[in-house]
Amino acid sequence: MKKRNLAQRTAFLLIGASAVITFALFALILGYVLIKGMANINWEFLTTYPALMGREGGIFPTIIGTLVLTGVALLIAVPLGVAAAIYLSEYTKGGIGIRIIRFAIESLAGIPSIIYGLFGFAFLVTFLKLGFSVLSGAIALALMVLPIIIRTTEEAIRTVPDDYRQASLALGATRWQTTSRVVLPAALPGVVTAVMLASGRAVGETAAVWLTAGGALKLPFSLHDPTRPMTLHLYYLAAEGLSLERAYATAAVLLVLVLVVYSLAIFFRQKFGMKRR
Amino acid sequence: MMQSAKISVQDFSLYYGAFHALKKISLGFPPRSLTALVGPSGCGKSTLLRSLNRMNDLIAGVRVEGRVSLEGSNIYDPDVDVVPLRKKVGMVFQRPNPFPMSIFENIAYGPRVHGEKKRSRLQDIVEQSLKSAALWDEVKDRLDSPALKLSGGQQQRLCIARLLAVEPEVLLMDEPCSALDPIATEKVEELVMDLKKKYTIVVVTHNIAQAARISDYLAFFYLGEMIESGVTRQLLTNPTKHQTEDYLTGRFG
Repeated sequence: MKKRNLAQRTAFLLIGASAVITFALFALILGYVLIKGMANINWEFLTTYPALMGREGGIFPTIIGTLVLTGVALLIAVPLGVAAAIYLSEYTKGGIGIRIIRFAIESLAGIPSIIYGLFGFAFLVTFLKLGFSVLSGAIALALMVLPIIIRTTEEAIRTVPDDYRQASLALGATRWQTTSRVVLPAALPGVVTAVMLASGRAVGETAAVWLTAGGALKLPFSLHDPTRPMTLHLYYLAAEGLSLERAYATAAVLLVLVLVVYSLAIFFRQKFGMKRR
Repeated sequence: MMQSAKISVQDFSLYYGAFHALKKISLGFPPRSLTALVGPSGCGKSTLLRSLNRMNDLIAGVRVEGRVSLEGSNIYDPDVDVVPLRKKVGMVFQRPNPFPMSIFENIAYGPRVHGEKKRSRLQDIVEQSLKSAALWDEVKDRLDSPALKLSGGQQQRLCIARLLAVEPEVLLMDEPCSALDPIATEKVEELVMDLKKKYTIVVVTHNIAQAARISDYLAFFYLGEMIESGVTRQLLTNPTKHQTEDYLTGRFG
């Protein structure tokens, strides 16, 4: 009896410690970056152009760069990903072909992001002659986040009770009417979660845009203009020793943006979970 | 009873893969009356019900033989479109399954998917359907509130109203009261008694007392076969087959 109690207590202690360590690491990184970065963040930093390659001035165009790249990437990936998820969950009954498609999606999720960058450079920038541009960068990002959107959306569609589908079909609705008017609206919070998770990934991505988006420190006015997102700017500031202060400040802005996006994702997921009774 | 039937089933067999779930069933459902399908769990009564509007098509590996005729034409002919069939032959399920939408939207859903766009027309349909389902007085002031907030019995009547909105001719009900309390059950039974004056209704039920109260005709199923069928009162008081008698007297079930 005593021995069992001891084992139980030891296990509990170890498990608890792991949880505490995980949280402590998160808090440490967050705190460190925010404290080092916040000191140099002010309105001017957020709204002015960098000077001397980033040694002086603000990061305004890189914030816009991040938002534009993420936005365009989502415009490409969301319709494609949601459509693929609908196809996989509503229109197929399994079988070898579907298993191959699923395997491809899982593998796509595991590809290192620098490979997306390299592919983007070789295929989009060079072969399709899209150049270093918002479009090239956004397509590379879109390919990268596609598996997240497909998997999360599919999960959401699967949690829609079959009762709804049956009720709709029994009323003489077609399969597509059932999907578009009943299943998708019921899965919408999950789709929103998918979009949030994908934008979190896209906002924080460096490698995939490094070889595709160019890196110009000016505002992009068209899809064919090059741009530099915050992640890339941060990389240059730190790697080339331009300004460590400004690197931390950029990191802090980036971190806050990513946190906001992921919080929204968690918020939607919880709201979604509660609706399922 | 066979000649004037609204729906008639002839030598109908159904297989789930290798499992022979329905064995050469022949049965007619007379118009404007209620036929109850009874029998122990797994006897095939729900499977037969779901065969009448081809909801079994949704299950992988289902194979059928024989005919199911709706007003003389076989619904299993290869060129039959299931969409208009299911509009004509509607279904109410065991568990109330309103959509996660408002009461109004639930009822308007059917007419909408069949092409009705005019708001005023939809409002008429919603009101008429709710009145026919004896639910109008309870919900007329909150048509925009979520259907899932209604009680279980109200939800089931809403599902019936939703079905009536597409103007079906046959109503199939799969143990419509099994998830309801006695008071809600009584209301649904009253409603069904009223609806059978207009519609051909087929109800699957576990509850012999309920079948006795609401049905005109009764068919008894056992292990995928139809053992016997006939006028409810006669069959209940004078069963000719020993399986029927055993079931009715509670020796199994």
